[in-house]
Amino acid sequence: MSMPKLWPMPGGIHPSERKALSNREPIAQPPLPARLIVPLGQHIGVPARPLVGVGAPVLKGQKIAEAADARGLPVHAPTSGTVVAIGPQSYPHASGPPAEAIVIDSDGLDRWVPLAPSGDYRSLSREALLALIRDAGIAGLGGAGFPTAAKLATGSRIATLVINGAECEPYITADDRLMRERARELVAGIEILAHLLGPERVLIGIEDNKPEAIGAVSEAVAGTPFMVVSVPTLYPSGGEKQLIQILTGLEVPSGGLPADIGVLCQNVGTCVAVHDAVLLGRPLISRITTLTGEALQRPMNVEALVGTPIKDLLAFAGLDERRLGRLLVGGPMMGFSLADAAAPVIKTSNCLLAATPEELPAPPPAMPCIRCGDCAEACPASLLPQQLLFYAQGEDHEQLQAHNLFDCIECGACAYVCPSSIPLVQHYRAAKAQLREQADRQARAEQARLRFEARQERLRQAEARKEAERQARAEKAERMRAAQAEAPADDPLARLQAKKAGVGDEVKKLKIEASMAQVALKKAEKQLAAHDTPELQAQVETLRRAAEQARQALDEAQAKQAAEPAATPTAAPDLKKIKIEAAMLRAQIGKLERLELPDNAERAELERLRTALGTAEAQLRALEEQAQPAPAAAPNDDLKRAKIALALKRAELKKAEKTGADDEELAPLRAALVEAEQALHRAEAASGRPAPEHVLIDKRPVSAEERARKTERAYARAELHKLERDPAASPEALVAARERLARAEQALAAQPLDS
Amino acid sequence: MSVVIIGIGVLLALCLACGAILGFAAVRFRVQGDPVAERINALLPQTQCGQCGYPGCKPYAEAIAGGDRINKCPPGGEATIQALADLLDVEPEPLDAEGGEKPPMVAFIRETECIGCTKCIQACPVDAIVGAARQMHTVIAAECTGCDLCVEPCPVDCIDMIEVGRDLQGWAWERPLPPGRLIASDAERAA
Repeated sequence: MSMPKLWPMPGGIHPSERKALSNREPIAQPPLPARLIVPLGQHIGVPARPLVGVGAPVLKGQKIAEAADARGLPVHAPTSGTVVAIGPQSYPHASGPPAEAIVIDSDGLDRWVPLAPSGDYRSLSREALLALIRDAGIAGLGGAGFPTAAKLATGSRIATLVINGAECEPYITADDRLMRERARELVAGIEILAHLLGPERVLIGIEDNKPEAIGAVSEAVAGTPFMVVSVPTLYPSGGEKQLIQILTGLEVPSGGLPADIGVLCQNVGTCVAVHDAVLLGRPLISRITTLTGEALQRPMNVEALVGTPIKDLLAFAGLDERRLGRLLVGGPMMGFSLADAAAPVIKTSNCLLAATPEELPAPPPAMPCIRCGDCAEACPASLLPQQLLFYAQGEDHEQLQAHNLFDCIECGACAYVCPSSIPLVQHYRAAKAQLREQADRQARAEQARLRFEARQERLRQAEARKEAERQARAEKAERMRAAQAEAPADDPLARLQAKKAGVGDEVKKLKIEASMAQVALKKAEKQLAAHDTPELQAQVETLRRAAEQARQALDEAQAKQAAEPAATPTAAPDLKKIKIEAAMLRAQIGKLERLELPDNAERAELERLRTALGTAEAQLRALEEQAQPAPAAAPNDDLKRAKIALALKRAELKKAEKTGADDEELAPLRAALVEAEQALHRAEAASGRPAPEHVLIDKRPVSAEERARKTERAYARAELHKLERDPAASPEALVAARERLARAEQALAAQPLDS
Repeated sequence: MSVVIIGIGVLLALCLACGAILGFAAVRFRVQGDPVAERINALLPQTQCGQCGYPGCKPYAEAIAGGDRINKCPPGGEATIQALADLLDVEPEPLDAEGGEKPPMVAFIRETECIGCTKCIQACPVDAIVGAARQMHTVIAAECTGCDLCVEPCPVDCIDMIEVGRDLQGWAWERPLPPGRLIASDAERAA
């Protein structure tokens, strides 16, 4: 063992060591507890998520909770048994609130899950090896419980790997016993870490009050490049930053990490846990815990399963309840009083101290600071504890930050030396919590502000988008209106009407006529084929001529239309179009008039529309006047008049007959009717139209008596039918009804229709 | 005599030059927004709750910069009033709120009762409520500022404001009694 150069550490104290109480016995195996409480959060970070349910059987080493985030750690079952509860359970913490935990009733068999040790870890990739360490649930066993894989994964280059075996706090001997008994495993673990990190040198720092441990580790490291360094006993040389300073002379920058200066520090217990995980495949389910204090009959170190209730371990060590003053988790300098002994051992519980009242007397009441400055001399972090005290009391957060409160490692050296017994560390802890809370609040406020502003921006954009759409719609409507006003010919409605009325009208009519003539011809030809008579032949001949004429007329019309495709719209469509335009203008004006508070543009628009409407109405009136004296086509006039005359004559005759006029009066009327009929026939002949096919039948009205007889017969028939349908009708009535019908028919037959 | 004229001329030229520089600087290096309001806004808790009578923290910050009182923010409490008093160099005033200072709260939707009306989503100033029409809504507790603006619009009253408890992660050591105090009073013991 060579003696490399050591650097001095600022401050430090020499409290009474009291290690001999527990370091004489080898590490013992306490009995398997009947019930284990395995907290989900045993490391710094987010608690794990349970993977098992209540009632699930578990095996020793089985993963029962998985890491909740990238830096989190899983939790494994410390023994085989059954999960009996998942929920808040007591937890080893200064404030004593319950924490989520999985409770396992052991089955006493302590059966392992099949283990998968990786024999040759050197063939594994760095990531695989880190995943292995992480999956084994290894957190720093020195006390803080920082996830080891996360610490090893720091990107920066590590020049020096420091293995912390200093164990400077009084009473605690867990690492001492571990180094004495498991030096080979320790060195194997360090080899794995060295393989992972590739440091230039590995320093194993052990305080010189543990000569046996130094001896055992020195023996084990023989043949390796690792160096065991004996460091002078001084509290708190076991602090990470302090040990680094002693061994390398490098100071970790304020607010920085050891990795920033190329150093990484791991506890000896952690190294053994890494060995177990990589070479044996065992997850971290137990740790060496010191059971010590005057209140115990058999102080010792035990390998306690994680989750073992503290009271079980104290009973194993022979706790004398009457002598117990305070029960601490951790050492006397940095540990905390435990409220509930039912709380379990967790991965960071390195010591249980059951002290008698004489051993650890209650702190005397704090006196005012006398500014002696002893605390500043004792501070291993070179802080100014009394200044920090004043700022903490005055809640001067800026000054606390300026005086590097967060570099305080809460070792308690200042409070130990304070002649006024001021609980300095408690003040710093409270101030740190306050600062953290304030920073947290600030971060939350900033987050809320960003979210609020993002929301405001989103709402504003949505509103702007809506407004833009609204404007686009309004503009489109405006353009449409403008286009309409400028080029009315473009109006689809007007175009349609022009097409319908102007161009197609005549041709359409001719087409219909031609096709009708054709159909009539076909029909007649069919009849001719069936009965060949001269009359039919003549008829077919006429029809064929008519059809040909119709087709000719149609051809002519179509040719004319083709010759002048853009036929000027006739008077009638013009009229219609202007009427439509006027109606649309009126509707628009109505709409604008209904607007509340029209702006200038709208008022101007209204004015323009009104003028347009005036023009349109004037045009309309002019066109209507033009159109009125031009009634239907002239040639058909005579025909119509003749028809009207015939109808008048017929009506006159009918009226005269009804009033019971005698034949002398009727005769001239009848003659006039015949005359009118002949005039109609003449007109029809003159009209040039094909003669109507039908023959007029002169339907002379029936006389009053005849109508009475017919009515009588109808009544009689109806009565008879009614009686026949009625099953309850008497036969006499039926006979009478039949007789009545017969009489009526006789009467009708006797008086034939007079023509 | 000429010395006086030269002196006046030199001073005049100097004044004009300086004025031109200042005028240019005032335009060129003009600070956008109100820097005082920005600093005040940074001290406000950003719950956007509107309990001060302004629609959000920024409008209140602008109002304070314009001379409004600094004691209208119940979520910020005494700490905010103190910080504002320090910043603006005015006397701190007692909080002007009915219920006084309130502990931090978080909204909680009783999900079985939610009818999915989205009214609370529209009310939330920090978009901390997720859900859709006729779907159950829920609060993202980490983003909730506890402003309770969502409580009033809920037609079925299924939103509770719950006090944010302290878990192990948020646990903090208590401040010891100040040195020199030998006897703790009953009130201090009870606290």
